[in-house]
Amino acid sequence: MKKLLTNWFGCGMALLALCCFTAPNASASKLRIVTSTTDLAEFAQQVGGDRVEVESIARGYQDPHFVEAKPSFLLKIRRADLLIVVGLQLEIGWLPPLITQCGNPNVQVGAKGYLDASQFAEILEIPTTTVTRAMGDVHPFGNPHYWLDPENGRRIAQGIKNKLAEMRPEDAAYFDQRFQDFSKRLTEAEKSWDAQMEPYRGRKVITYHRSWPNFLKRFGLISAGEIEPRPGIPPSPRHTVELIQLMRRENIKVILVEPYFDLKTPNSIARETGGQVVVMLPSVGGEKEVTDYFQLFNYDINLVVRAFQAAH
Amino acid sequence: MRRFAILVVLLLMMQGLARAQGENQDNTDQRLKALEDRIVALEEEIRALKAERAAPPATETATQAATPAPPSEAPPPAPAPPPVTAAAAPPQAVEAPAGLVGPSATPLPVYGGASAAAKVLNPDIGVIGNFIGATGRNQINPFPALSLQESEVSLQAIVDPYARADFFLAIGEEGIEVEEGYVTFPALPGGFVAKVGRMRAMFGRVNSFHNHSLPWVDRPLVTFNLMGGSLEEADVGIKDSGVSVSRILPSVTGLFLEATGEVYRGDSGSLFQSSRRSDVSAVGRLRAYRDLTESTNLELGGSYARGHNDVGSAFRTQLFGVDATYRWRPLRRAIYQSFAARSELIWSRRDEISATQRGFGFFTSAEYRLNRRWTLGGRYDWSERARDAAQHDSGGSLVLTYWPSEFNQLRGQFRRTRYAEGQVANEFLFQFLFTLGAHGAHPF
Repeated sequence: MKKLLTNWFGCGMALLALCCFTAPNASASKLRIVTSTTDLAEFAQQVGGDRVEVESIARGYQDPHFVEAKPSFLLKIRRADLLIVVGLQLEIGWLPPLITQCGNPNVQVGAKGYLDASQFAEILEIPTTTVTRAMGDVHPFGNPHYWLDPENGRRIAQGIKNKLAEMRPEDAAYFDQRFQDFSKRLTEAEKSWDAQMEPYRGRKVITYHRSWPNFLKRFGLISAGEIEPRPGIPPSPRHTVELIQLMRRENIKVILVEPYFDLKTPNSIARETGGQVVVMLPSVGGEKEVTDYFQLFNYDINLVVRAFQAAH
Repeated sequence: MRRFAILVVLLLMMQGLARAQGENQDNTDQRLKALEDRIVALEEEIRALKAERAAPPATETATQAATPAPPSEAPPPAPAPPPVTAAAAPPQAVEAPAGLVGPSATPLPVYGGASAAAKVLNPDIGVIGNFIGATGRNQINPFPALSLQESEVSLQAIVDPYARADFFLAIGEEGIEVEEGYVTFPALPGGFVAKVGRMRAMFGRVNSFHNHSLPWVDRPLVTFNLMGGSLEEADVGIKDSGVSVSRILPSVTGLFLEATGEVYRGDSGSLFQSSRRSDVSAVGRLRAYRDLTESTNLELGGSYARGHNDVGSAFRTQLFGVDATYRWRPLRRAIYQSFAARSELIWSRRDEISATQRGFGFFTSAEYRLNRRWTLGGRYDWSERARDAAQHDSGGSLVLTYWPSEFNQLRGQFRRTRYAEGQVANEFLFQFLFTLGAHGAHPF
């Protein structure tokens, strides 16, 4: 019986070993990059050009806090040379098991192919007092929605460029040239975005979740409150009433909502206050036409500007 | 830094004043308000910077002395008393008493390293309380009226570049038990992932779930009847010390295939019992997963387990399992709506002195998320008994779950069970689940 068992296991192990040797070899010419969000995929693509193959796990219209750890994502991560993550615990609910289960040594935390993009960006809302969950689902290391400031976009792209150059030194010049080009185009675009937003500096807005601090800061807008009473807590009637009073008192007319939140509460607040609900996109790919980082800001800024105009 | 910040504040104010002269009063007020807000923000930043400087003085100076200081970090020799202005003074005054309360603000006594740095390497710690109550009548297998069934402490961290470790200590009313405690080697050559320690075996889907991540208050009848349930030990399933190796298999595009092989000591509740060292038990599982669309997916699995049972070393129990899970979750409304249906079928072959008992059982369940806070679910159970396959129990449950937040869950379950003895038990089970500490991964 023992022999039988040993045989059985021997077979199993042999089978697994066989799989090991038939596994596809990782010597393709293109660097395979997997990112947790579409924005990081966009930066990697902008810098990497045709020398990289980029895939994002989350879609642009998906709440990046609540992605499911689907096994199909393991198939993507398994073959990756580089995994780029947002960090600051944004993906804490789903990425760690994927990394553990994928069987890819390249992308384990701390390995050469693991890149946390938050190290390059300016991070806002880093708590300075003791953090408790009484504050809701707070991110103890700061707000992870940092890519919504073009300057941070530039910095992340630069960080990715350096990483790519380190992994593929022979293409370093190519990546650098692409980054310079991206940065230049960004500078141009920023001028126009700033000009569009200039008349509305100092305006107050309401947001659904705290996804926008970097965006608001960059364009001189002020968040007067959130529809969520605390991060991650669904709207409550009392808080909603307070918000309506605040909006009336301070004459706030614009409500920014992410595409993955229910519009019922925002709409009813808008009806009460004569305000405008703007479904802003926090990520590339949030709508079909928003195919890159530039389109993302074009789209969002157009919406905000239109909402401010309509509010008068 | 502070000087710079103050300068910025002053500049902003001057700029604001200069502009204000040309515009009407209303506009000026608005602008002033905006500026005030900005000053507040800047003060906040200054405070944060000060706290940062104040917190880790010991290590920072130590490391700076040891390693050549990076040029950007090297502080100019004269950080001397900065000019105290009206804006900067109050936070300083406030900070001293506040620091006594907030541990992050003041440095704690140093034991072999600065406090913050020492804590960084601690594992992620979480505690999940699982409080269960029951009303109604059940003479066959009663739940206690009220019990803190389990307090699960999780300790999870990366061990080194080659391994991570997870501990789940379940503290029940009888004592403490290592629910799971294993080291994972995720970076093995050949795409293998190995786990060593005490684990819930990968037999079917539900066996590997911890009690708190189940979609019901209880475990299905089939796991109780065929996977070693007993009145002495309510926590059923294959849970043992051993080694698990799994690997994703190559397959056609879009199809996820994974094989898992496990060897355990052979002691698992009343299911497997090892009387000799060679009486190990084995578990094998093959699972396939496919995304049907971006919102729907299907998972199928086949499992096999064998071990020696409590009749004696020569008597074996074998289990065959088939499981299927269908999920729907629209990505744009993932936190509001979802649906999952699952079913597990288990066949048991248990050697007894007289003959081999061939039992079969299954459950089918479905959950629908009505909105962000409410989920409605149901389950049907039917199962023969492992030791006497001629007897079978059946039951049905209706489950309603409410989430005040992601970390807090209330659940009610109406359960009607028809036991082989002819008795029918109508019960209402309720559960409070609460999570402290580290944010664990969501089960999928």
